[in-house]
Order: sequence, then C-alpha cells, then structure tokens
Amino acid sequence: MAVELSLRDFYGKTLVELGKKNPNVVVLDCDLSGSTRTSLFAKEFPARFFNMGVAEQDMIGTAAGLAAGGKIPFASTFAIFATGRGWEQIRQSVCYPQANVKIVASHGGVTVGPDGPSHQAGEDVAIMRAIPGMTVIVPADAYDTAAAVRAAEEFTGPVYIRLTRDKFPVIYEESRKFEIGRATTMKNGSDVTFITCGLMTHAALIAAEKLTQLGKSAAVLDMGTIKPLDEPAVLKAALETGAIVTAEEHNIIGGLGGAVAEAVSGNVPVPVVRVGLPDQYFSSGTPEELLEAAGLTPEHLVEAAMRAINLKRGGKA
Amino acid sequence: MKKTKNIAELQEIARRMRIDVLKMIHLAGSGHPGGSLSAADIIVSLFFSIMNHSPEYKKLDARDKFVLSKGHAAPILYAVLAECGYFPREDLWTLRKLDSHLSGHPYAPSTPGVEVTTGSLGQGLSQANGIALSDRLDKHDTNVYCLMGDGEMQEGQVWEAAMSAAHYKLGSLIAFLDGNELQIDGWVKDIMNVEPLDKKWESFGWHVQRINGHDFTAIMGAVEEAKKVKDKPSMIICNTVKGKGVSFMERLAKWHGTAPNSDELRRALAELGAE
Repeated sequence: MAVELSLRDFYGKTLVELGKKNPNVVVLDCDLSGSTRTSLFAKEFPARFFNMGVAEQDMIGTAAGLAAGGKIPFASTFAIFATGRGWEQIRQSVCYPQANVKIVASHGGVTVGPDGPSHQAGEDVAIMRAIPGMTVIVPADAYDTAAAVRAAEEFTGPVYIRLTRDKFPVIYEESRKFEIGRATTMKNGSDVTFITCGLMTHAALIAAEKLTQLGKSAAVLDMGTIKPLDEPAVLKAALETGAIVTAEEHNIIGGLGGAVAEAVSGNVPVPVVRVGLPDQYFSSGTPEELLEAAGLTPEHLVEAAMRAINLKRGGKA
Repeated sequence: MKKTKNIAELQEIARRMRIDVLKMIHLAGSGHPGGSLSAADIIVSLFFSIMNHSPEYKKLDARDKFVLSKGHAAPILYAVLAECGYFPREDLWTLRKLDSHLSGHPYAPSTPGVEVTTGSLGQGLSQANGIALSDRLDKHDTNVYCLMGDGEMQEGQVWEAAMSAAHYKLGSLIAFLDGNELQIDGWVKDIMNVEPLDKKWESFGWHVQRINGHDFTAIMGAVEEAKKVKDKPSMIICNTVKGKGVSFMERLAKWHGTAPNSDELRRALAELGAE
C-alpha cells in the first residue's frame, strides 16, 4: 500500500514557504480556509490574508485588484464554487487582462464524497480550459502539488490548480520539480499510452502492471498541465504506441480527454479511449464507492487499454 | 499633472471632452454617449482637480488610481486620458477599430492610464478594493476612486464588494455613483428599482453623500469630506442627467448605446459650441 498524503495540506504548507520568501504573496479565501488549508498562511501572515466571506465573485475581483498593485494573490475555495460562481469574473477581471492571479481550488472531482453532487466538481477543468490565457494544472500527488504551487508563483499570469479533498497515494519524490506545460513520463511502454492527471496517474501505474501480466506494454504519461497541453509529448506517444487511453477524475466532456483528442485528431489520428466521469450527477457516498461507480478504477483502465489496442489493429470497439 | 480648482477652467475642459466623446463615438459608428456625458463632470473633476496622477508615474508608484466600473463610459475616460497626455489625442479617432488600443470597454494591458479591465458590469468595485488593499500593504497614502452606474447596482457582486470594502475599513476608497436614472431598457426604477441608494450604502457601512454630479464645487467638496473619513469607504451618489450637454440626448434611454449620425453630431457639436 502506497503512502498517502493530502494535497491540500501540502498546498497550505507551500503557501507559508512562499509567504516567507516573497512578501508580495497574498492569500484570499471564501470562508473555507480550514478546508483549503489557507488557514496555515492566515496564521503566519494575518495582514496578507483576506477572508472574503462566502462571496466568490468578489474574491476573484479583489484578487485581480491586488494583482494590479503588484501582489501575487492565491485565491482558494472549493473547485465548484471557485470556477462556477466566479467564472465570468475569472474571464473578465483575471484572464482577459492576464492578471497575475493564482486560483487554487480544493475538493475537485467525486472524491469529495458524502457532501454530494452540489459539492462535487466534474466540470471545473473544462470551463477553465475554455478561457483564453488560463493555465490549468491538475497535480497527481502531494509533492506534485507543492511543486506546482511553487511553479505557479514563479510564473507570471493566471493559473488554475485543482486539488482534492482526499489524500492521494504518493508517486513523486519530495524533490519533484514541476514544469508548467511539460508532461512527465512515469513509465515507458510500446502497445498503448495512458495519459492521465490527478488521482488517475496512480491508477494508471497499477493498470500498467496488470497489463504486463496480460502481455501488453503500457506507457504512462502524467499530464499535470492540461493547458497549455504538452502536444509534442502527446503526439510522440501517439506515434510510438499507436493508441491512447486518457483518464481523469473529471467529466468525460471537455477535460484532459477532450484536450488529448483535439491534439491527436488533427495530427496523428490514433484511437483515443477516454476514461472519465460519465456526463451525469452522482450522489453522496464514499470516495471509493463513487470512483467505482464512475469506472475510475485500475481494472476499468485495463479494459480501456485492451479496447484501444484492439482499435488500432482495425478491430471494433 | 497640473491641477486646477478653477470652475470656469473645469467647465471648459468638460465641454471639450464632451465634444471629443461625441466625435469618437460618431467615428466608431457605435458606443455609449449617454453615460459618458452624464459622467463627464465627475471624471474631469477627478483627473484635473482631485487625483495625484501623471503619465510619468510608474505602475507601482504611490499614486491615486481610478477604476471605471461602468466600463461602457470608456469614451469619456479615453478623452480625459488623452487630454492628460497618457497617449496622443489622434488615437481617440481609432476607438473600437481593429488594432486600436482603445477597445470598446477599458482594457488595462493596451491603454496607458487604464488601471484594470472592466466592461462587464459589477466587477470594478471588487478590483478597486483589491487595489486599496494592495496600497495599504505598501503603506501608500493614496486614494482609489471608482465610478459606478446606477443600473450597475443591480449586479450582486456590487453588494459583495460593498460589504468587503466596509469590512476591511477601506477609508482610502472613494466611490462615485453616476445616478442618471436610465439603463438600456428604460428608467432604472421601472426595470429593477435600486433606490433608496443612500440608505442601502449606509446600511452596508459606508459614508454616504448625495450631490449634484454636474456641480464641480459640490464634487470637489464631497471628495474633501470623504477624505476626512478614515475608517469607512465613501460613496458619493451623484444626481446626473444622462446625455448631459446635448439637449436632444438628455434623459433618453435611446442614447445609452446609440452613435450619433452626421446630422446629429453636427447639431450636438453646435450646442456644445465646437469650432
């Protein structure tokens, strides 16, 4: 059993580290600072922390104003509220003028669990990806999160980072460096490539092991940045393995799978089997139950890989 | 920037700015004359009499800043910025044209002197709050001014921002409300009543004044009053006339977003005494 660490714990800790290093780092939250772990920063730097109450639109606008004054605002709340309640503010006040605002949202995906569909964000990556000038990052574990948050602070311009409520199995070293826009090869393979983000990178590594037992060689490419997509890495995978399976804890529409299919279709048209949340609302439940119900399991990834391999040989889906 | 308190001088600048606004919108073939004309005297007061600003200043310098939350009044802001020397006056005639730095609504990255990007109503005050918080962190003894419209009061985000400005005791923030009583579809009171605005802003914890928004003495006096209030943001509600200065445009919703044709422009400029 792999060690599991909380992405949001590492977000909070990294904010404190950045706050010590750079006095321009400021943090905003919408009454969820305990959950998002921005409370760690608030405790250390109370004058540079702004709780905006339950008012996401105002939080985004205030962050844009702080950025206009040369600050580096990190604005946090749950993924569904950050991206849904504040979408047009993110488009108009942040991305259009390229304000240097970082939106780091926790509680993405169905692993939010028992709070139910009102709090489960399955659309956030799609709606952030649709905004010109937005960088979209979905870290795969806690160390990846810390590295991505550091990279976002160094980067000039709007960034959206999607975190989760649940702990994730650790797949990276503590020394992990995050390069925005660059995929990471987790495993080489020749028959099919898993292109994944978030929790599904770990699931794909397990699936790849299972495929070995079935005599198939699967590569795993962790696509931590959904936008800008590492197109060269995607096309290289398409050329080298001839079949792709994407996997994400996000609606099957418009997320990583959509981005990869868009890149592949016009360049190296190979089969792309997309695994993601079905286009529906789920229910309350444990994260494990919900992942199982959504088909986001290593077993399902093995099936998807076999289907992709079969498709490239001209077989039927 | 050289400042003046001379009323006749300010009136003369405002007259010329109104002429530029009408020419710009006519040449663009689209735009919003009504709300530019109603806000003209407020914006002229700010840039020529009240604010500590200069095209020479750097972005992060300690200086007063202005946010045009009712972004559709961009033409009057552009005319004033050109007059202040932020960019050449000839640029005004490129408003709303492809490749012009003067977009239909204010866009900070392209236009010198524009602090933040607006145009979608209700978003300016939050940004002004953010600027005021940033200035406070930098220990700048400066003011942030924000101009909103009365139709804009229908946006929920305005009231989120009203709450947070009071909560964070943003005494350096001075907001103006261009109360011209009209919005695109008609009278504000008929579309979605926003009054009583003074009571609303007071109850949100603001220092509130109500003045005639075409009276330069009243505008300058209200800002002096507002500056004395250090623990609350200030709202200066201005009674204004939409289309002010052009008789056939005054108090008509039609002129919210219609460009004058050649004949209308000629008549309007004649009324304003254009050479």
